[in-house]
Amino acid sequence: MTALLEVREVTKRFGGGLFDKRQLTALERFSLTVPSDRAIVTAVAGESGSGKTTLARLILGILSPTEGQILFKGRDLRHMTGGERREFRRQVQAIFQDPYEVYNPFYRVDHVFDMVIGNFGLASGPEEAKQLKSEAVEVVGLRPDDVLGKFPHELSGGQRQRVMVARAFLARPRLIVADEPVSMVDASLRALILDVMLHLRDDYGISFLYITHDLSTAFQVSDDICILYQGTVAEVGPISGPIREPKHPYTQLLVGSIPLPDPDDTWQGRVDLPPDDRWSSADVGCRYRARCPFAMPHCAEASPPLYEVGANHFASCYLYEGRPEFATVAVVAT
Amino acid sequence: MHYETDRGPVKAVDGVSFTVNRGERFGMVGESGCGKSTIAMTILQLLRDPARIVTGRILFDGVDLLRLSERDLRRLRWRSISLVPQGAMNALNPVARVRDQIGDAIVVHDSEVSPRLLSERIVDLLSAVGLPERTAELFPHELSGGMKQRVCIAMAIALNPRLIIADEPTSALDVVVQRVVAQTLSEAVERLGASLILIGHDMGLQAQLVDRLVVMYAGRVAEIGSVREIFKAPTHPYTQMLIASLPSLRERRRLRTIPGLPPALLDAPPGCLFHPRCRHAGQVCSRVVPELRSVNGSAHVAACHLFEEIAGR
Repeated sequence: MTALLEVREVTKRFGGGLFDKRQLTALERFSLTVPSDRAIVTAVAGESGSGKTTLARLILGILSPTEGQILFKGRDLRHMTGGERREFRRQVQAIFQDPYEVYNPFYRVDHVFDMVIGNFGLASGPEEAKQLKSEAVEVVGLRPDDVLGKFPHELSGGQRQRVMVARAFLARPRLIVADEPVSMVDASLRALILDVMLHLRDDYGISFLYITHDLSTAFQVSDDICILYQGTVAEVGPISGPIREPKHPYTQLLVGSIPLPDPDDTWQGRVDLPPDDRWSSADVGCRYRARCPFAMPHCAEASPPLYEVGANHFASCYLYEGRPEFATVAVVAT
Repeated sequence: MHYETDRGPVKAVDGVSFTVNRGERFGMVGESGCGKSTIAMTILQLLRDPARIVTGRILFDGVDLLRLSERDLRRLRWRSISLVPQGAMNALNPVARVRDQIGDAIVVHDSEVSPRLLSERIVDLLSAVGLPERTAELFPHELSGGMKQRVCIAMAIALNPRLIIADEPTSALDVVVQRVVAQTLSEAVERLGASLILIGHDMGLQAQLVDRLVVMYAGRVAEIGSVREIFKAPTHPYTQMLIASLPSLRERRRLRTIPGLPPALLDAPPGCLFHPRCRHAGQVCSRVVPELRSVNGSAHVAACHLFEEIAGR
């Protein structure tokens, strides 16, 4: 069966102009599959500079891959016809981190919905448009009267972010790329928005690519997770694998650094600030080795493949040498 | 502390009392708009119009800060009470080297210090926050977020204050960097023997760092207790819901959400401000403002009429 979305060994490099041949590799040989027969939430987690936002932009078609392909229902994003492109833009929607930046303060909230309705010709008249808007707002747990007809400044932060989810839902997409959708809201609102995501997955068959640096919320809502480190996959698997039994030393550090809301389960040991040098296309070896307590001479020679460390669970680390190895593994729901 | 507006006073902080002990790490949590940062600015009296401190006392070593002259206050700020403001790392002067920024913080409050002593002091401060000596010669844009935030901590401890107020000191940092910065702050406070007020909405961070904490709701205190009391035996329904809304790594479950929104403070409901969102609310809750009451006769207090009944259910 043709997957809904397929990212095939995509590499994205930036820079490398006439005078400076050094290129920054933002993402390297990354693969991901979103199935078309069921809805899933796939988390892509990593720190700033891990390449997770580059991935979101590649999938949304804002950036083009340097190498590799991105296919939507089997069609390469670069070779789509005008009609196919429109359909792609309707079926793949996005939610961004900052709900304040998306609004034009001079337009009523309805404007963000009207643009979507107009762009994709979703309604045949104002009555139908109104109905679509009300429905979308109700799906995210808001009352139409509380938000429609209001100006952005009249809404609370949580209402604004939920309106963004409603806007994405309005087009009835198959996939929503959510880039840090809850990193700017309070705990109770965070729970509310994540709950809306699960509601859309279960009741409307919408898959999510949940891009985040927050492993604990990823654990709560995602089916699979991929941990990125400086553009490469450190670890990938069904959600409980990397989170409950992290194998890559980087994942172990990340999981161990989560501030758990439990005074009896506090941080153990000491950690250092990460070095802030970026990886260039000329460098070789494992990118994590400078920070890795287990680094071996081996790690400087070539970048490690992905070793199978559990059921559908892979880690890119020579500690697992000898296990079945793969050059690239597509994140696939199990 | 009220904000005077055309439509009447907004009670941003309303009848809040708490004590921070010597050497204690004290947390202050609540949703945005609950008055956390306002309390910090009130303690330091860095409020601007239309903010007005209506009544109350702020005792620091027995001296009421609200009765001090501006001159005495200025002596006290930074020397005795320092602040790591929200977004501090973005407030560093982009065209001054780290050396000069830290140096200025010292010289402004202690003009007698000799250049040689100042240099030594800066190096000591940098090493106290785990930064190498060469950091002194760098400009803010050459530093990562975590390093900038550590420079801000170095500035806050520069004059050996007895109280450090840190407002969201690790927000917008990656999880590993957050851990490094939080531990740096905690160690710096411990070395000075100072007290810390840690303001933030991240309950996980509070659980990791503080000894005791206050939970604020809409400008009032909901609950004060030790970190264990608040996380293991939350008593106010708001604290209970706040704890239940936190994701854990132990089990996957649907996170509990708190229905409704915090009240608009211009149009606050009568009685307990939380009652419109509280599933336990009874008749008394919409009429009478609850006082802070002791839980089981301990120092753990909660502002809820019904906490005994709720616990018995």
